[in-house]
Amino acid sequence: MSNRTINILVPIISVILGLIVGAIVMVVTGYDPIKGYTALWNGIFGDIYTIGETIRQITPYILAGLAVAFAFRTGLFNIGVEGQLIMGWAAATYVGFAIEGLPKLIHLPLALIAAAAAGAFWAFIAGYLKARFSIHEVIVTIMLNYTALHIANALIKSWSGRERTDNIAQTASLSSPWLEELTQYSRLHWGIVIAIVMVFIMWFILERTTLGFELKSVGFNKNAAEYAGMSVKKNIILAMTISGVFAGLAGAMEALGTFGYMAIRSGFTGIGFDGIAVALLGANTPLGVVFGATLFGALKFGATNMPNAANIPLEIVSIIIALIIFFVASGYVIRLALEKFGKKKEGK
Amino acid sequence: MSFLDILYFIVPSAIFYAAPLIFAAIGGVFSERSGVVNIGIEGIMVIGAFVGIIFNLFTYETLGGFTPWVALLVAMVIGALFSLLLAVAAIAFRADQTVTGVALNLLGIAIALFLVKMIFEGRGQTDFISERFPRFDVPLLADIPFFGPLLFHNIYGTSILAFAVAILAWFVIFKTPFGLRLRAVGEHPMAADTMGVNVTKMRYIAVMISGALAGIGGAVYSQTITNDFSHATINGQGFMAIAAMIFGKWHPIGAMGAALFFGLAQALSIAGSTIPYVKDIPPVFLTILPYVLTILALAGFIGKANAPKASGQPYIKGKR
Repeated sequence: MSNRTINILVPIISVILGLIVGAIVMVVTGYDPIKGYTALWNGIFGDIYTIGETIRQITPYILAGLAVAFAFRTGLFNIGVEGQLIMGWAAATYVGFAIEGLPKLIHLPLALIAAAAAGAFWAFIAGYLKARFSIHEVIVTIMLNYTALHIANALIKSWSGRERTDNIAQTASLSSPWLEELTQYSRLHWGIVIAIVMVFIMWFILERTTLGFELKSVGFNKNAAEYAGMSVKKNIILAMTISGVFAGLAGAMEALGTFGYMAIRSGFTGIGFDGIAVALLGANTPLGVVFGATLFGALKFGATNMPNAANIPLEIVSIIIALIIFFVASGYVIRLALEKFGKKKEGK
Repeated sequence: MSFLDILYFIVPSAIFYAAPLIFAAIGGVFSERSGVVNIGIEGIMVIGAFVGIIFNLFTYETLGGFTPWVALLVAMVIGALFSLLLAVAAIAFRADQTVTGVALNLLGIAIALFLVKMIFEGRGQTDFISERFPRFDVPLLADIPFFGPLLFHNIYGTSILAFAVAILAWFVIFKTPFGLRLRAVGEHPMAADTMGVNVTKMRYIAVMISGALAGIGGAVYSQTITNDFSHATINGQGFMAIAAMIFGKWHPIGAMGAALFFGLAQALSIAGSTIPYVKDIPPVFLTILPYVLTILALAGFIGKANAPKASGQPYIKGKR
């Protein structure tokens, strides 16, 4: 088997293994896995409305996955997508409701830029600290996640005096009556187009620009890049900041598309953490991220149908997702098994 | 409130909040000293907290006063077993340790909530436990002027156990042959292998010790601080423990000190509204204090990180 086939087979096998173990968990805990997976399937593809909602759910996952994948490609591990997303959400919401009277052509881009800038700034902190003090970005971004959560909650409180902000102005909204009508009034919005554009932009930066080449070089071999005259510090900060732009936009999808407001949260959205899984499953390539996000977005949204239709706690899908990450990370064993299997076939 | 009153209030609270962190942070020390990064401590603490509460709720009628202590033991065993997932993936399957750790965190909270909903018919929260750890005054020591009421009055047995574990861990890691091998495996696994140390076995043991301690930490947290279990019970304590481990420079006593420091920050953020001067500070600053302090501490005090050299790398025999 060629290396390329194996690279594609590892995530597919991981997903299948995840679903199998999920079924076993359901059987052991006394639930009917066929009923469970039917409910999951119907929750994803049941009718045109659920399909619209599934695509809506996939949108932020694409951007969160791109954020993680971009950092990965440049040798950084951004666990802070969650915090950057929350800051992006807050910034977009604020620009969305606090400014009035602008035409849509200015207001909406302004809100998107605010979200991207907020996410970028939050990631910049981690990048700067890594470049300047060589503090590991994992620990800094984890701390920044909590800081973002609490700061956003305090901001919402001071903006509105309530548990949630006002709704954003129509001129900042991504929602589209046309898309809604098309999908039996789901919350599907224009964000999916932005996400796809960002997929292309990431591919372009990484594969077609000098900047991308430098970022990848630093990620691949710091010393060689330094020797070739590239500034490692500058590239670390830049890579992290760009990663934050993707994460901030993921927050904008929630702010300007799905919800139109921001409410005080007791915990994380989970989208940022799932972004890690999305990136892994997509082998950190832009196109791969689209597939990863489609799978995770679909599973996450479909799961909400499981308690009603099959009386199974929706956490079963979180278990399956965690197992898939686990199997992808342990790809070495799957690879080994595939190679053995491949050799046997060739021997015949 | 006078300054002394504040001190009598804040120091015991700091110890109270630090105890679970001490257990988990020392667990992290064992794992990283052997060369395995354990980001999954958060997930293991969640499992420990869940097991502690569930065991307590279902056995307190038969076990009575022993319940929380037995629950601690059960959480320890389950925590060690759960950490086996990380051990197998990171050691045998050569998986990326950070990614596996993240998976462990997701898995921990998902399994715990799944089971809570199963047991409590769809509710996302358990009942409150009725059998709690007793508080007591340490005989004689509590009568010492100033320090007695400050450190030995009305405290939990689990806090004393946490300090004991820290000292024991220091002894094991720095004064025993086992500790020497553990550190060797984390610094230079190939050299250790050449000298006849079984790298794989040492790492399995270290990860399971970290799982056991994180399990205890979770059960202590849920049985002393929240008294029930829900999705928000642990909420970052595991990550705080990892920060404490790094802040404490991968040393058990250092980790304990850092955990006490974070305990103080948490106590301030929770009790701040009743303390003069502190109550004038907007609450959000107190809430983010532990996290910001961690970042500042890493930037200022630690300087170049001196983590165990082989930390995070799978050991592949015969590869140079």
